Formats: sequence, structure tokens, C-alpha cells
Amino acid sequence: MIDVRNVYKTFFAPHEIRALVDVTTKIEAGEVVVVIGPSGSGKSTLLRCLNHLEAAESGHILIDGIDILNPKTDIDKVRAEVGMVFQSFNLFPHKTALQNITLAQRVVRKRSKDKAHEKAMFLLNKVGIADKAGVYPDQLSGGQQQRVAIARALAMDPKVMLFDEPTSALDPEMIGEVLEVMKTLAREGMTMVVVTHEMGFAREVADRVIFMDEGAIVEVGTPEHFFTSPTHERTKLFLSQIL
Amino acid sequence: MQPKSRFKKPVAYYGWIGVFFLVLFALCGALYYSTLKIDYVWRWYRIPRYFIYEENVETKAFIDGEVERISRQDNTTSILVKGPTNQEVYTVEHGGLRVAEGDLIYPGDVLASYSRRRPGILIQGLWLTLKVSLIAIVFGVLIGLFGGIARISHNPAFKWLAITYIELIRGSPLLVQIFIWYFVLGTLINTLLARNNLYQISPLWFGVAALACFAGAYVAEIVRAGIQSIHRGQTEAARSLGMTYAQCMIHVILPQATRRILPPLAGQFISLIKDSSLLGIIAIRELTKATREVVTTSLQPFELWFICAILYLMLTFALSMFVQYLERRAVVT
Repeated sequence: MIDVRNVYKTFFAPHEIRALVDVTTKIEAGEVVVVIGPSGSGKSTLLRCLNHLEAAESGHILIDGIDILNPKTDIDKVRAEVGMVFQSFNLFPHKTALQNITLAQRVVRKRSKDKAHEKAMFLLNKVGIADKAGVYPDQLSGGQQQRVAIARALAMDPKVMLFDEPTSALDPEMIGEVLEVMKTLAREGMTMVVVTHEMGFAREVADRVIFMDEGAIVEVGTPEHFFTSPTHERTKLFLSQIL
Repeated sequence: MQPKSRFKKPVAYYGWIGVFFLVLFALCGALYYSTLKIDYVWRWYRIPRYFIYEENVETKAFIDGEVERISRQDNTTSILVKGPTNQEVYTVEHGGLRVAEGDLIYPGDVLASYSRRRPGILIQGLWLTLKVSLIAIVFGVLIGLFGGIARISHNPAFKWLAITYIELIRGSPLLVQIFIWYFVLGTLINTLLARNNLYQISPLWFGVAALACFAGAYVAEIVRAGIQSIHRGQTEAARSLGMTYAQCMIHVILPQATRRILPPLAGQFISLIKDSSLLGIIAIRELTKATREVVTTSLQPFELWFICAILYLMLTFALSMFVQYLERRAVVT
């Protein structure tokens, strides 16, 4: 489903940072992959490269067989197949929860008003806030906003969902409701790449855990392997710091 | 905190309100007193005729002869004058007829006269100011919208064109720009049009172009700032859903930016209305030019310039009210 080969990315402003160094990994359809690592390790950059919000400078990134680093690729078409959920929700504040979910369906998928509406209501039901359809984002709690954001991404019927620290900006009591939605998605077989600090989620849901440090993938393994018998020193150090 | 409660005694608060009006009246009084000192005679009664005046329309005969027949149609009356060698028909409005059938007529005799109300020169000037400003605002916003978007484009052609345009316009006086539009570009364009036997463009349109381009540069900067004030996450969210750049702009960024753009835009529109007073120098008879003409004939400069200022104030005040209304409407929930 996702094939990342020898990807490099360097930021030059404000000073030179090697964000991704020779990253190679494969994510199969239906797999839930959790990416963890200390801050600045390049995990968010990797995720953002997967739908070309950041342009990787060399290597290949294939989404469903399409190389998104090829300049001839219609990136908008690929992005419609790749849902993304952001740390800071990024809901459209001038639109209601329902309109947030229908907008891209109408504009990108060219669905009829009724169909988009129907889909949006179905998804709002699924994330458990159908009663908030007509409410603007600033009147929703953080957890509710993030659930709307997940519904917004799902409305495009994506093949992959990318989660960029979806619970990091939430109050502790709201983290559970968002993770619950994500667990449901995982159970339904959605392909997911999740950058998170929620080790409980990783342990429970992930098929594989990727540990990154200083722009490189240090260790990959199943959650059991990862949390019980990590091999690399840096992984051990990181786990000892957060667990 | 209520301003009133900042004062220990309410009397002090109302006292200072009194001071406000006192200063205002003192200034007006001082002005009036000094005009008396220089023997200026205020003649406000002469002013209304520049708003609405009674025009006397006279129909005169061109030939000599006899009024042969007067016949009434639905809206007009026809007077047939028959001379020794020729005859003519004059069509006039009902009423105000000065001749009867059989009268002898000499050239220059008044056959009929009536008076009608016409908008005075100040109203005409006000209307022209309004018209010029509104057209310039519409074009200025269009130029500014595309200029602002080009300004933040990554394409060097668009970006540098926008920067050059904005810097040129903002770096030179409007008066000079109006001269360039009228005397340089206007001469060029109209001469070329004349050589190809095409219509000439009136000074009005060069004035509008100067104002629109001038305002457009400032609007472009306002638009740019408005767009850039929208958090990057909005663009990212829209693009991550597969929207194109244009779709993202139209559906996500611009609706949000509009709300932030409106207040500074209102200021720009008000400046534009005031700047239109410069167009008098290229023979566009807008409000200021009209006032100047009236002043030279009436010799009542004090009254007329005050009136002129108040008329501008009415326009700008109405505009700022309108934009405030738009702003309230644009506020989400």
C-alpha cells in the first residue's frame, strides 16, 4: 500500500536539519503502523512526506503503486485517497461540523449535496457526535473537534489514514474518546499510520511499531517485541524515559 | 470597566462632557467671530440653488410669420408658425404657452416657457464623485485580489510583477499618477484610437483607472496580509483532502481572510473617496471641482467649502456603516 524507499529530507531554515535520512519501509494494506520516537526525530516529517505536504528531496514514495515524488503525478488525486488527521485539528472555522465534512466531498469528489450530507451524517454518527452537526468548531471541545476532523478525512473514502499526533493537543480526559474512534477504524481494517506518544494505543492496536531517531528508522517490530525486548540501546533509553 | 466608574463623582464625569461641548462651541464661536471681524457676510440662503435649481426653458421662434394653429397632443403642444415663404412646427410642453392662434411672430419671440427643477452643480458633482469612487472601488478590489494572490505566488513572473506594481504605485504620489494616466497614457491611447478611427476615451475613465490602480496596490497588500494571517494548517487540511490550490483559496482561505480584510479595506475605500477629489485637475467635475466652480461664481467660499466637506463626510460615513454591517454579517455565529 505504502512503499517508502531511501527517502531523504533536509530543512534549511532556520538552520540545516537532516529530518529524514535514508528512510525505507513498507506498509501493507490493512496494517496499523505506529511511529514513535523523541521529538525532532523526523516521525511527523515522514508522515507529512507520505501525502506530499512536505516534498521529500530524494528517494521514492509509492502510494498504491503511484510514485508521488514523480513530478508528473497528479498529487491532488493521490491526496484524496490519503486521509490526514492533524495534531491541531485544522477544522475550517467558518463552516459547521457538517459543512467541514461535506466540503471536500462536494468539491473534490463531486458528490451531490444529498449524498455528501448523508455520508457526513453517517460518519458523525460513527464518531458519536451526530448531535453537533450544525455547530461551529469553536463551540466544540478538543476531542469533539478531532473526531469531526477524523470524519472529515474518512468522508473521502481514503485507502490510508495518516494520524499526526492526533491526541497531543487534547486535555487528558478527551484522549480516550479519540483513541476509541481510531481503534474502531483499526478493527474495521483501515490502513493506518499513526505518529503518537500513546504507548497504550501502540501496544493494543499496532501491528508494527517503528522507532525513529535523528531522522532514521532505528528499530521495527511487533509491539510485544518492541515493549518487552527492544534490541537497540537508543530504543531502550527512549522507552525507559517515557514508560 | 464603565468609563463613568473611573470618576469618583458622577458630577465630574458630566463635567468633562460639558468641557467637550464647551471646547467644540468655543472653536466654532471663535471661527464665526473672526469671520465677522473681516466683514465676511454669511449667505446660507444662496446655497440651496446649488443643490436644486429652477431652470427656465424657453422656446423661441426662428422665423417671422403668424401662428397658424395650436394643437394639443397627449404630452406636448404643437405650434405651427406660417411665414411668407416657409413654415415651422415647434413642439412644447403643456402650459406656459405665450402665444395664441393668429398672433404675429418675429424671430426671437418666446412662444412658450416653463420652469423645471434640475439637480444643482453640487449634486451633480456629488453624484460623479460617488460614481467614480464606486467604479474605482470595484476595479481596485479586483486588481487587489489578484495582485495579493500573485504577491504570495511562488511563480517568479507573477510574484515580481506584483511586487513591481505595488512598489511603483505606493512609491509615487497619486497626483503624479493621475497626470501620467491622463497626459501620458491618455494621450497615447486616444491618439492611437483616433488614428484607427475609433471612439475617444473620456478623461473620466483615465481618472477611474488612476484611482483603481492606486487603490489596487494597497488592497493587494491588505489581501496578502489577510491571506497570510490564516494559519498554514488550514491550507494543509484543505490540500490533504485533495483540493487544488484554487479550490482551497476559494472555499477555505478567502472566506476566512475576508473577515480580517474588511476593516482595513474600509479604510482604503474611504481614502479612495477622498482621493477622488484630486480628479478635478484633469477636468472631471467631481464634488471638489464643482465646489471650486461654484465658489468662483458665487463668491461664498466659506459656506461652500464647509458644505463640500460635509458632503464628503456623508459619503465616507455611509460607506463605513455599510462595511460595519458586512463585518457583522461575516462574523461566524
